Amino acid sequence: MTALTTDLKRLGSLKAPAGFADRVLSQAAVGDSYAVFDTVLGPVYVAWNRHGVSAASRARSHAEFEEWFKREVGRPLRAATAPAELAARLGRELSGERTLRFDLRGLTEFEQSVLRKAKEIPRGQVRPYSWIAREIGHPAAVRAVGTALAHNPIPFFIPCHRVVRSDGVIGNYSAGGPEAKRDILMLEGVRLHKLQELARAGYRYEGVRSTKIYCYPTCHHARRALEKNVVWLHDAAEARKAGFRPCKVCRPEAAVAS
Amino acid sequence: MEDVERVFERMVREHQDRLFALGFALTGNRHDGEEVAQDALLRAYRALVTYSPERIHDLKQRAWLHRIAVNVARNRYRGTRPRLVELNGSEQDVAPGPEAVAMRTAEIDDVAASLAALPVRYREAVVLRFVQDLSYAEAADVLGQPVGTVKSNVHRALKILRGEDHDRADN
Repeated sequence: MTALTTDLKRLGSLKAPAGFADRVLSQAAVGDSYAVFDTVLGPVYVAWNRHGVSAASRARSHAEFEEWFKREVGRPLRAATAPAELAARLGRELSGERTLRFDLRGLTEFEQSVLRKAKEIPRGQVRPYSWIAREIGHPAAVRAVGTALAHNPIPFFIPCHRVVRSDGVIGNYSAGGPEAKRDILMLEGVRLHKLQELARAGYRYEGVRSTKIYCYPTCHHARRALEKNVVWLHDAAEARKAGFRPCKVCRPEAAVAS
Repeated sequence: MEDVERVFERMVREHQDRLFALGFALTGNRHDGEEVAQDALLRAYRALVTYSPERIHDLKQRAWLHRIAVNVARNRYRGTRPRLVELNGSEQDVAPGPEAVAMRTAEIDDVAASLAALPVRYREAVVLRFVQDLSYAEAADVLGQPVGTVKSNVHRALKILRGEDHDRADN
């Protein structure tokens, strides 16, 4: 080979400048960016893309988050600086606002409907797994609901922690175990001890004598009732027998013509 | 959607060096070379999202990307005279490959500059054949020209680069 063609070949073996591929991917808006955000829950890793927030986790390091994201979501991921606007919206979301968009592509229809339903549970309230199952039209799929919630890629912001067992056991929590779930619920103002006490005694619902309506105990309608008007109820049959109708807001049983 | 994104990410990582070298060799300087490579990949992505999974699967990525990059470079130098290389010596952002380490940056820039001085049809042919190491058939496919034309353009280019061309009547 001549010197000339050797020179040409060397030109062809040049490497692209450092960071070139990442710049191209970010220009094309491919994949997700992530950053660590300071929140009331402490530092939380959050990933987002043009469709919305796509993942959240209390990872201990960038490497741990990247590893988890790769396994759970699988799209290209790159570190970014935390946009101030997103930081503010994440904070507001955790204090009860619901303005964030979420990217749930990659999840099954069923998983998406479970997570969307969990999102409807207001801050400071809880619902049993069976409530989600019934509300999304799969009343028998209580276990599958639990599995879908366990694989929630965006915990804290999609509040899977607000779904609890109706027997008062806190239930598992993928984002840090039952302890973490308890902490978040308390932070949100759920009176957990009272709730567990009632559940252990077999009470599921709260009836209000003055309105003749019964609710889940954390429903804000139930909480507004005066102590002297409150009746604790074991089940829907007992409630109806005592002349109560289900609350239209928290819907303690399948839609009943009132 | 995810699948296209993953295909594209792999494509970028696999072909980035090759496309940067192609852009550099066609434009004569690193900065323009990087822009050609980036522009070509972004065009590729915009095309890719409209393709069916079968079409993406059957894509001959190397030839396809070369074709896009050659077009991007043509659009850039259309109507402009070939630029002379910028020899400002500040090239810290370049990570040299093992083979390139032996050769000083400035020497590579000289090679690129001498390519940039060639008429476009000779430059494209010799760059695809000897810088990018495509076969004549592949280069002909990328350029949409007969193999014979590419061969004669390559020989002409080599002759000029070696300074053996005494009867230049090009352009």
